[in-house]
Amino acid sequence: MPQYMMLLYAEQPADEAELQRRQGEFPRWLELNRNLQEAGVLVGGDQLAPVDVATTVRVREGESEIVDGPFATTKEILAGYYLLDCSDLDEALKWAARMPLAEWGSVEVRPLMGMSADEVSEPAAGAGQQAG
Amino acid sequence: MNVAGGGRRAGEDPAAALARAFREERSRVIATLIRQVGDFQLAEDAVQDAFVAAVTSWDRDGVPANPGGWLMVAARRRAIDRLRRNRSVADRAERLAELITLDGQDPESEQEQSAVQDDRLRLIFTCCHPALEPPARVALTLRTLGGLSTREIARAFLVSEQAMGKRIVRAKRKIADARIPYRVPRDEELPARLQSVLSVVYLIFNEGYAAAEGDRLVRDELCGEAIRLGQLLSTLMPDDAEVLGLTALMLLHDSRQQARVDAAGNYSALDEQDRSRWDRDLIDQGLTTLARALLLRRPGKYQLQAAIAALHTEASSAEDTDWRQIAELYGALGRFSPSPVVEVNRAVAVGFADGPEAGLELLEPLLADARLERYQPLYAAHAELLQRAGVLEGADDAYGRAIELSANSVERAELERRRNALRDSAGLRPPQ
Repeated sequence: MPQYMMLLYAEQPADEAELQRRQGEFPRWLELNRNLQEAGVLVGGDQLAPVDVATTVRVREGESEIVDGPFATTKEILAGYYLLDCSDLDEALKWAARMPLAEWGSVEVRPLMGMSADEVSEPAAGAGQQAG
Repeated sequence: MNVAGGGRRAGEDPAAALARAFREERSRVIATLIRQVGDFQLAEDAVQDAFVAAVTSWDRDGVPANPGGWLMVAARRRAIDRLRRNRSVADRAERLAELITLDGQDPESEQEQSAVQDDRLRLIFTCCHPALEPPARVALTLRTLGGLSTREIARAFLVSEQAMGKRIVRAKRKIADARIPYRVPRDEELPARLQSVLSVVYLIFNEGYAAAEGDRLVRDELCGEAIRLGQLLSTLMPDDAEVLGLTALMLLHDSRQQARVDAAGNYSALDEQDRSRWDRDLIDQGLTTLARALLLRRPGKYQLQAAIAALHTEASSAEDTDWRQIAELYGALGRFSPSPVVEVNRAVAVGFADGPEAGLELLEPLLADARLERYQPLYAAHAELLQRAGVLEGADDAYGRAIELSANSVERAELERRRNALRDSAGLRPPQ
């Protein structure tokens, strides 16, 4: 079964009222999580701490470079993710549309390449052999 | 190669039979093979191989009794060969086993027959999937269902063959890697997904309809492909009123194709066209299709536009047209899909039905609408209504604005001609 990563992007809440509004959606997230579990598609997911606690690491010519902050400063930031088992893109898009954040932010749906660390010896499905 | 199809057709010219099979069978064979092999690119390559094989085989052994069946079996065997050679495909063994089973099976089996029925619908819905960028939907549809080559599609859309090729490859890769499913959408998704399909078909038609005069070939090809797609969809989804509505609309527009250019090669507006040059056969087909749609009693934007086009074709002249009903239909269309463009058309129709002042009144808020600031037809309509209302200087200014905004030379020449006629008659009673 293919896996899809749902990347949840949103702007930082502009003010306290917006923060309150988002917190008010909490019951809907709980219901979504319950539905995802019942459907047997939920592999994982969580909310990310705000970007102001992010740290970015780069290794250049053997030297580790550690920088305070996200790798890029953008208006919409990665706020959370879900990892789902779906039979195809349509099913993944259907779940994406049910995320409360989709109504005011953006949900990017990306299929995984199927190269998880414990099975790298197997060739990946669909990766790079469609050309021609 | 000894493949299905049994006997041979005696005496048929292999080249002609091949050309016909390419036109009539290719999309069917591709559609079925994509389902069976689960991969667009592999299916397309294998079908290409099968046509190449047919050139030699049909020439040597005669045309098979069932060319489509012959091509299907040949393409599937080529797909098996290609899969055997390509070790990088992950579920290669499973796919091969499935294909080999199919190869041994009776193609007339009931299960397979009913699956084949829907293959081209699956193909259309997949090519027009909203997860693909709109230009790629158009290109994939024309290539797989329409049988246009990448070069022909590139020429029609004024991009390089290389750019169009990249776009198509990228779309196929996305279908495979993101796993866009190969199926007809479920009932609850169907209306929205069908809209996407219909807008792709209409876009193809409009691209052809708007093509410059020098590109007659491109124009006929695209309009023809769009109408064939509409008719195919009408066969596959006979109970959908909007599918029929769109097909009727395209047929009715296309019936006026010849009359849009006069003997001197100049563009001719609807009200000035020589109506004897309208294609009666296409009009009849369009009206029959529209009547079938209306019987289903599920109105929609394409049926309304087709009904408007039908009223034009039924009138013997511009004056004789039922403008009142056209104005009402535009009103209904505006409720289905609100757009300032529809409002401009409604104002023109009202201008004919109730006099230019009534039309100008409707046009007023549109002239203040920032979205329409560069919409040439608004100013052309404004000019004409002002001219008919006797506001000649205002009409002259409006023509000037329309000419400024005009995107192609044929249209500009026509607007300039109208402005000159206005200037010639200035001070006199305006024509019409």
